[in-house]
Amino acid sequence: METLVQLSHGFTVALTPTNLMWCLVGTTLGTAIGVLPGLGPALTIALLLPITYQVAPEASFILFAGIYYGAMYGGSTTSILLNTPGESATIVTALEGNKMARSGRGGAALATSAIGSFVAGTIGTIGVAFLAPVVVGLALKFGPAEYFALMVLSFVMVSAVLGASAVRGLTSLFIGFFLGMIGVDLQTGQPRFTFGVTELLDGISMVVVAVGLFAVGETLYIAGRRYTGHDEIVPLRGSLYMTAQEWSRSWKAWLRGTLIGFPIGSMPAGGAEIPTFLSYAVEKKLSRHKEEFGTTGAIEGVAGPEAANNASAAGVLVPMLTLGLPTSATAAIMLSAFQSYGINPGPMLLQTQPALVWGLIASLFIANVLLVLLNLPLIGLWIRLINIPAPQLYAGILVFATIGTYGISQSPVDLILLYVLGGMGFLMRRFDFPTAPVIIGMILGPMAETQFRRAMTISNGDWSVFYTHPIALTLLVIAATALIGPSVYGLVKHRHLRGPEHMPGDA
Amino acid sequence: MTTKSDWAAPHPRLATPEAVISVGMLIASGFVLWQTLSIPVSPMYAKVGPTVFPLVTAIGLALLAVLLLVQAFRGGWQHEEEKEISQDWKSLGFVAAGLLCNVSLIRPFGFTAASVIMFVLVTHGFGSRQPLRNAFIGLLLALTAYFGFAKLLGVNIGGGLIENLLGA
Repeated sequence: METLVQLSHGFTVALTPTNLMWCLVGTTLGTAIGVLPGLGPALTIALLLPITYQVAPEASFILFAGIYYGAMYGGSTTSILLNTPGESATIVTALEGNKMARSGRGGAALATSAIGSFVAGTIGTIGVAFLAPVVVGLALKFGPAEYFALMVLSFVMVSAVLGASAVRGLTSLFIGFFLGMIGVDLQTGQPRFTFGVTELLDGISMVVVAVGLFAVGETLYIAGRRYTGHDEIVPLRGSLYMTAQEWSRSWKAWLRGTLIGFPIGSMPAGGAEIPTFLSYAVEKKLSRHKEEFGTTGAIEGVAGPEAANNASAAGVLVPMLTLGLPTSATAAIMLSAFQSYGINPGPMLLQTQPALVWGLIASLFIANVLLVLLNLPLIGLWIRLINIPAPQLYAGILVFATIGTYGISQSPVDLILLYVLGGMGFLMRRFDFPTAPVIIGMILGPMAETQFRRAMTISNGDWSVFYTHPIALTLLVIAATALIGPSVYGLVKHRHLRGPEHMPGDA
Repeated sequence: MTTKSDWAAPHPRLATPEAVISVGMLIASGFVLWQTLSIPVSPMYAKVGPTVFPLVTAIGLALLAVLLLVQAFRGGWQHEEEKEISQDWKSLGFVAAGLLCNVSLIRPFGFTAASVIMFVLVTHGFGSRQPLRNAFIGLLLALTAYFGFAKLLGVNIGGGLIENLLGA
């Protein structure tokens, strides 16, 4: 009941004309950047971070949340019509969705993905509203040692377990740690890794890193592979209305996708791809139309993963709002917006900023309604966006990247850093290093360091706090198991079966 | 996942680009270590001072670099598909030139003028052959960005040639 009362307060915040306007701007912008290849929610929110100096926290978080949800809707449009997944979480949507578009059922694919996103997003947001107070209740018992252990677990899951390679994921994470440590150490006032450059004393701005990796790195990557053939846009055929049979094949898939996506997203591990792959596998197994998978395109294969994707995106907000723990690049950047307001994200957030948190959750319900309206009747508008030619699109991205970073300090040092990081982003794309752990490491690394030092100060330098506190110990043991478990398993298996076939590129 | 192929490599062959990256990382981690050791530590903070996490990071990076180097000697990890794509260096060169022009011209000429030059070079790199049309699009876009950020986000990026001409 308490939750419902709080939520109705939230709606009074979210339904003010100004905040509704921010929600509409956010969802529209989010859909647009989701549709455009090369732009994502993390990059867009990073570029818009200066808005935190202009408007109230409620307004900017409603805007950011609209962008976050909108990008999910827009991303599926591109996956279905272009077969170029804008982000890893929509790879699965492209599998069946593009097949459906090619066999003349693009309209139904777009409809099931938009309505499925609405269903999953709404259920997921209800989940956030009811789960957040519960997690806060648990988190209030956490001391610095428990927090540190939780962060270690989160590091391991985000970088080593959920990616293609543990070594490369951890490498990205450690690069993020390094970038996050540049600047003055807040506890001792000691400058670290500033190389005598005054501009670095304040640390490297999160915006510069995000824009460098995502915008400049991506542009260089695409420029380098210009002759690899062009993606063909499948013209939209078929009405946007689903037949009775398509409805009955979709709704169960939506609910199953939501059930898979939300719990995984709300764990302090994150990862939007795993639930979409799981949902795809489940739908393929349960479907009575297996022959359509991979041939003409099965509607369940779009409905389930799309729902799973949106539900897990909602779930990511649980650790972010209750523990201050970001598990995706976008969440990490939103967290830095909290910091720019001087708001401490963590278990106290629900008590100290109820208007902000509940207004944000309420606005997510509104955003979902707006997004269905924006994405189904107005789909023709978004399709036109896909037609923006690559040269002007990427050159334009670089112009916005410049103003977003140079505008912070008006120092060419930031631009040089931006391009150096862009070069790094290019290499990371080309050699398959994940970029999200860099951003997460950069934000979460210094937070973990603070908790670690706080724990050690409280215990008077006694290391035993990390293994005598049961919660901390459990979390650390899980982290260690997740980290070394697969290698040990591989070693044992290898002893039994000598020499499985070597797959270069699989390492 | 990594594990299966980590332990069996029937045809080990060195993957040069991956090896270069690994060695580069090893050097970088040494550099991080050197910089960490040069952070002065006050005896007041003997427990967990400002160098503990940098030290962990440096050692972590070095370890990971060694693991990557081992993988590089076992044939590398780059996707086959990615290897087959020949890099279009000319295209990349034009984009890089655009970025360089932007960095060096933004101070003397201002944001808008530098952006137009960058826009033309980058679109050329991406294969567009209409420099005048692109210059015009670039100008419109840069002005939109300039006024959008100045007015809506309150980011003051400073005037330049074109901005002053427009009396901004």
